[in-house]
Amino acid sequence: MMINGIEDEDKWLAEGIAAIQHNAFYMHRALDANNLREALKYSAQMLSELRTSKLSPHKYYELYMRAFDELRKLEMFFKDESRHGVSIVDLYELVQHAGNILPRMYLLCTVGSVYIKSKEAPAKDVLKDLVEMCRGVQHPIRGLFLRSYLAQISRDKLPDIGSEYEGDADSVMDSVEFVLQNFTEMNKLWVRLQHQGPGRVREKLEKERSELRDLVGKNLHVLGQIEGVDLGMYKDAVLPRVLEQIVNCSDDLAQYYLMDCIIQVFPDEYHLQTLETLLGACPQLQPTVDVKTVLSQLMERLSNYAASSTDVLPEFLQVEAFAKLSNAIGRVIEAQVNMPIVGAITLYVSLLTFTLRVHPDRLDYVDQVLGACVKKLSGKPKLEDQRAKKQVVALLSAPLEKYNDAVMALTLSNYPRVMDHLDNETNKVMAMVIIESIMKNYTCISTAHQVEVLFELIKGLIKDLDGTAADELDEEDFNEEQNSVARLIHMLYNDDPEELLKIICTVKKSIMNGGPRRLPFTVPPLIFSALRLIRQLQGQDGDVAGEEVPATPKKIFQILNEMIESLSTVPSPELALRLYLQCAEAANDCGLEPVAYEFFTQAFVLYEEEIADSKAQVTAIHLIIGTLQRLNVFGVENRDTLTHKATGYSAKLLKKPDQCRAVYACSHLFWVDDQDGIKDGERVLLCLKRALRIANAAQQMANVTRGNSGPVTLFVEILNKYLYFFEKGNPQITSAAIQGLIELITTEMQSESTAPNAASDAFFASTLRYIQFQKQKGGAMGEKYDSVKV
Amino acid sequence: MEVHDYLKTLCPDLHITRGEYDEEMRYPETKTLTIGQFKLGLCHGHQVIPWGDLDSLAMLQRQLDVDILVTGHTHQFTAYKHEGGVVINPGSATGAYSSITYDVNPSFVLMDIDGLRVVVYVYELIDGEVKVDKIDFKKTTTASH
Repeated sequence: MMINGIEDEDKWLAEGIAAIQHNAFYMHRALDANNLREALKYSAQMLSELRTSKLSPHKYYELYMRAFDELRKLEMFFKDESRHGVSIVDLYELVQHAGNILPRMYLLCTVGSVYIKSKEAPAKDVLKDLVEMCRGVQHPIRGLFLRSYLAQISRDKLPDIGSEYEGDADSVMDSVEFVLQNFTEMNKLWVRLQHQGPGRVREKLEKERSELRDLVGKNLHVLGQIEGVDLGMYKDAVLPRVLEQIVNCSDDLAQYYLMDCIIQVFPDEYHLQTLETLLGACPQLQPTVDVKTVLSQLMERLSNYAASSTDVLPEFLQVEAFAKLSNAIGRVIEAQVNMPIVGAITLYVSLLTFTLRVHPDRLDYVDQVLGACVKKLSGKPKLEDQRAKKQVVALLSAPLEKYNDAVMALTLSNYPRVMDHLDNETNKVMAMVIIESIMKNYTCISTAHQVEVLFELIKGLIKDLDGTAADELDEEDFNEEQNSVARLIHMLYNDDPEELLKIICTVKKSIMNGGPRRLPFTVPPLIFSALRLIRQLQGQDGDVAGEEVPATPKKIFQILNEMIESLSTVPSPELALRLYLQCAEAANDCGLEPVAYEFFTQAFVLYEEEIADSKAQVTAIHLIIGTLQRLNVFGVENRDTLTHKATGYSAKLLKKPDQCRAVYACSHLFWVDDQDGIKDGERVLLCLKRALRIANAAQQMANVTRGNSGPVTLFVEILNKYLYFFEKGNPQITSAAIQGLIELITTEMQSESTAPNAASDAFFASTLRYIQFQKQKGGAMGEKYDSVKV
Repeated sequence: MEVHDYLKTLCPDLHITRGEYDEEMRYPETKTLTIGQFKLGLCHGHQVIPWGDLDSLAMLQRQLDVDILVTGHTHQFTAYKHEGGVVINPGSATGAYSSITYDVNPSFVLMDIDGLRVVVYVYELIDGEVKVDKIDFKKTTTASH
């Protein structure tokens, strides 16, 4: 069929339609006059327009529809014998005299429709006659539409159980036979359509051919609607014949469409029971057929079927649906050697989806699917195709989403094997997915073994995998990854201290290989896990004679020490210092003086050797003082050594104001408010006086234009400290000293050389207000302050 | 950074002072701001020794010249009224470990500032249940700065 141009086609179509209308006009006149001869003459002429070869399928359809409408009127005329006086049997004979076969067949089918309705002959006989005579038209388009006409007019007249056309015992089979034959012939004609036309118009033709597919598929719908087609008939008669035609036609468009049709049209129950046969066709299809979509559709339908009711599930087990599907997929993959890897993996994703929906309790099935995927990936280099990688991630994510329990994934032996075939990038993506699942579901990871398996799975995040350098990573992404790992570490817990210690040791072993970029993220959460455990064990005495009690604070402190030491490789002295101080306080709370002293020593060493930045030093020394102030485990000697160091370093800070503040902070080292706390009033005063001297020196050096608080503020701060210890009852702090300070400050503030400073003024004012308030309190406090004049 | 971004989604008006583990150098040690009739001060508190000592915190409050001092570090909720104003420690929102406090219960505080009155709502997670408490503070005009 040559098509020269769209304009030509439109012209021919218009001409055809005009001719139909022209003949139809005369046909109507004949019908009105009850003139059968004339009616037949003009209807035959009209139908001759359908003999054209010039139209594409799309345009031919338009022409066909016109004729179809006209034939309905003719049919009504045929039906009413009183109008034309010819019996239906004779009429059936009469129309066969039409000159050309196509008009002849259309007229015959139209009469046949009336014939069947009259019941003067069994429906099956008429139908058989018609479907065979249609063979006379072998032109693909003309034959396809003719048979479509036959299908349309016969649809409501098929012998069926309970239908008015039901004949003898085998009538359903006759209907099935009729439809199957029409279907088979129509498919052959349809497939032949593609062989026509030169290459350049082939694509357009293919598209139009595709539009005709429903003409062929309609037959399957009809089969599906025949009441009498039960499972047995479907299995024995319908399916094998349909599949035979599908396989034999060797046309990828037809095969894909018709497989899909079968799946959609017939009940899921039938599919389950004929699974092997249906699946058996798949490897026989053309390699270009998208068989994975076909199988996915099937599995999707079966999944929905399984979900529809619990009674259905035993059927799945009985027909061994999983095994059959699994094998079929294997065979398809094997048969289609050129299938890209993404295709195979997509099939496994579909199968896994099916398995999770239909057999969620069968973890062995899930593992099997993963295993099949592993086999497919084995021996090949790591995946490069983006889509394939995405599908593997989908495959591995599916069980996580289904069970909302990452621990399930940990039990699947093939899970890590699949991950091993991912490239490093995708491996990490998957590791993040796993962690997210755990976080979202608050999954309880509570044994060291689970932790070990988990950390093996996420090893892409824990250390550098072969072939990557950590430097290559985008910093933000890297930080996000490590923060996820840190959060994960916080989630690992067990009430049993022994198990928790095992978990901590397992994690430690894993993260120690992480390298300097990872340690600052991963070490702190583990440290705090361990500190919490120590607190839990605090009540227990670690030195039970003769018994091997593994989880003791002492042992854990050793582990803590090792972990903090590893930070020196980063290096992270500030972080390490803070962690040493935490451990020191924890050791203090356990009453372990040597351990606490050791940690404190480490902190000081870091301060001395590694922390050079002056701002960092200020913060660090305050943390040291703040911690030391709280510790009560040290004996006099040790305590003296440490406090001496602390005050010494305080006085050596770079900036005078910082020195001053750190030194007066040290005053608290000598006064602890507890019952047995140290209360060395003299050394407190020594500190405060030293602070005053420094403040004085600062004042002399002061560059007035500089900075936030001038030296006057320092004096007010020191005054406040005097008040603090005065109230606590330090006998060395006298009201006279306080008075003196107040006067000193007042003088300084009024002095010409001091620039006014609103903040200092306000601070002094509120301090004085405070003193006033205390005085007015009366009682012991009021008495104390009595001699202080403000 | 992630936590910072998350907090910004709760309220774009975010004020942060430096904690002892913060690596972000740009966070200040202290901060003051005015909301309605109240002056507020923020300070993490590891700088104020002894840690958690209310008298020492009161000194900081006088120094910053604020009605309400918001502080932390101890991971223990406290609300303390003294002659100079109020010191509020909302505790730890995550229940994180603290060397200072045993058995940290996660907690946070909302302050409703209305005229001269501030109502402090404290939310604590105790044994899996959220408990809410309420404390009223009124600012006396004679103590205005």
